[in-house]
Amino acid sequence: MSQDEPVLSVRHLRVEFPTRHGTLVALDDVSFDIAPGEVLGVVGESGAGKSMTGNAVIQLLEPPGHVAGGEVRLSGRRIDDLAEDDFVPLRGRHIGMIFQDPLTSLNPLFSIGGQLIETIRTHLPMNEKQARVRALELLREVGIPAAEERLNSYPHQFSGGMRQRVVIALALAAQPEFIIADEPTTALDVSVQAQILALLKRLCAEHGTAVMLVTHDMGVIAETADRVAVMYAGRLIEIGPVDEVIRNPQHPYTRGLMASIPGIEKSLDRLYQIEGSMPRLVAIPSGCAFNPRCPHAQERCRVVRPDLMPAGAGRAACWLHDPVDPLPRLDENGRKEDAHVR
Amino acid sequence: MLAFLIQRVLQAIFVMFVVALIAFSLFHYVGDPVLNMLGQEATDADRAELRGRLGLDQPVVVQFYRFIVNAAQFEFGISYRSARPVTDMIMERLPATLELAIISAVFAVVLGIGLGIYTALRRRSLLSRFIMTTSLIGVSLPTFLIGVLLIYLFAVELGWLPAFGRGQTVRLGDWWTTGLLTTSGLRSLILPAITLGLFQLTLIMRLVRAEMLEVLSTDYIKFARARGLSKRVVNLRHALKNTLIPVITIIGLQLGTIIAFAIITETVFQWPGVGALFITAVRFVDIPVMAAYLMMIGLVFVIINLVVDLLYYAVDPRLRAQGGGK
Repeated sequence: MSQDEPVLSVRHLRVEFPTRHGTLVALDDVSFDIAPGEVLGVVGESGAGKSMTGNAVIQLLEPPGHVAGGEVRLSGRRIDDLAEDDFVPLRGRHIGMIFQDPLTSLNPLFSIGGQLIETIRTHLPMNEKQARVRALELLREVGIPAAEERLNSYPHQFSGGMRQRVVIALALAAQPEFIIADEPTTALDVSVQAQILALLKRLCAEHGTAVMLVTHDMGVIAETADRVAVMYAGRLIEIGPVDEVIRNPQHPYTRGLMASIPGIEKSLDRLYQIEGSMPRLVAIPSGCAFNPRCPHAQERCRVVRPDLMPAGAGRAACWLHDPVDPLPRLDENGRKEDAHVR
Repeated sequence: MLAFLIQRVLQAIFVMFVVALIAFSLFHYVGDPVLNMLGQEATDADRAELRGRLGLDQPVVVQFYRFIVNAAQFEFGISYRSARPVTDMIMERLPATLELAIISAVFAVVLGIGLGIYTALRRRSLLSRFIMTTSLIGVSLPTFLIGVLLIYLFAVELGWLPAFGRGQTVRLGDWWTTGLLTTSGLRSLILPAITLGLFQLTLIMRLVRAEMLEVLSTDYIKFARARGLSKRVVNLRHALKNTLIPVITIIGLQLGTIIAFAIITETVFQWPGVGALFITAVRFVDIPVMAAYLMMIGLVFVIINLVVDLLYYAVDPRLRAQGGGK
């Protein structure tokens, strides 16, 4: 992590959804930092709380979901307790967001130029003409050919990849210091995905923009992120440098996740899968949320919830890494291995 | 754009042709006008003579051709009952109906869209819930009952507003009489306009609310918010424009309905409009008047549909791009 003050600092974030059947805890005690210019990948299964974290940070949770605890700081300033009217000026200017589906992210009834100019003028003191010049710059910057003509085009006249470029231009229009990219390439063709990721990474590196890259695709993370955070059932269970987490995952869940990624060089008859499935938010087990599926689960795991603790080059929320009294690992037959052998 | 316009106009002409065919066939299936007009003492010679004068002895195709040619020049012949030109009769009553229809349409559209937006944006407020519940009454009560209830409350019990008629009117130009320039004319307009517009108002309101809620949950609205646009811009520029596309169609159709079904309101309030004229015509089998009324309503619908299509074209860039086709 860099020495600077983090752009984004999230502490003990908790998001709740009151429902008729009781309160769902969608995010529970999530803490992480993102340094200026850093790309933090956030991975996990569907429903693990990846997108929820992004939406909570930018305060675009679908009601009745709401932040029920914790703290979010942007460049040191606390923002989670701001009222909606005070939060609006932050969006786009300090925190940008890119959504999954470029086909539906743009308003079909307004021209690309119109949407760009309106965004630019919302944040920067420019007149129509200056904003137009800036819009052209942005379109060129994200690699839209014949930008001058395209300014008057409507979203339906662009391909998916081109639209995502426009979306990126819109999100970066006011040069926010932090961007949340929520599955930015999931809806795109594989061939276009790499281009968009390269573009996003280049632009953010040029402007020193920090990125929170939400995806379920470990390939995308490996290619783009500096660090990776792994989420499970609304909790952050491992965080660390991307190479380390991929090569040497510390949490049993992460290990399972990595093992289940098919590689081209490995030929497999069967894909690896973790036994069982992620618990629903109404039925999260006590202790460690992963304990029913964990091959190493022991009494302590079922009772006491582990916090993030130093593990390998990063941190993991697992009693195997308890600095005071680490649990012994179990082998395949459930017998204790020698605790000192890894 | 031009091709689109020509295509739509041709369609409109075809529709009017079909309406004319139906209107024309009235002459052949709704009794024999010659018997009605001459009464019982007339001789066969008298009948034949009148038949010839009205052109009823000619082949059907020729009659239809003449009907169309005349209709194209707004000529619908002589009323069987009052022996006056039908066009004159309609023209002198049209202003009353049009003023009533336009005022109730404005009432319905402005309040409908306004309340629709309000109830969508403040979904959980008490006032919204109250409006939504009350609107059920507007949807479910029949027009004549609303009219009678309004008369009972505001004319009979409270005595604030007149119960029938158009009040004093002022002549504008050759044939237009207006009630909009006198106090009694305006006062007379209030109850019928509310009666006629209430159903459309609630319909438009509920539609706008439903569409608005759907649009507000779309990705592009969320992205518009994530870009930092103010609530006002997001709601009233981005969301409203998308909301109005399907609403335009319904409003168009409802405007036609307002004019066509002014009949009931005009009857309840004894409003001297075209609808009342039509009711009288039906009672006396005055076929030229009925045919002319049918053609007029057909024309109103066709014109409104044409305007709606053109509005679509203006609002939605996706239609423009496809070279005007649908």
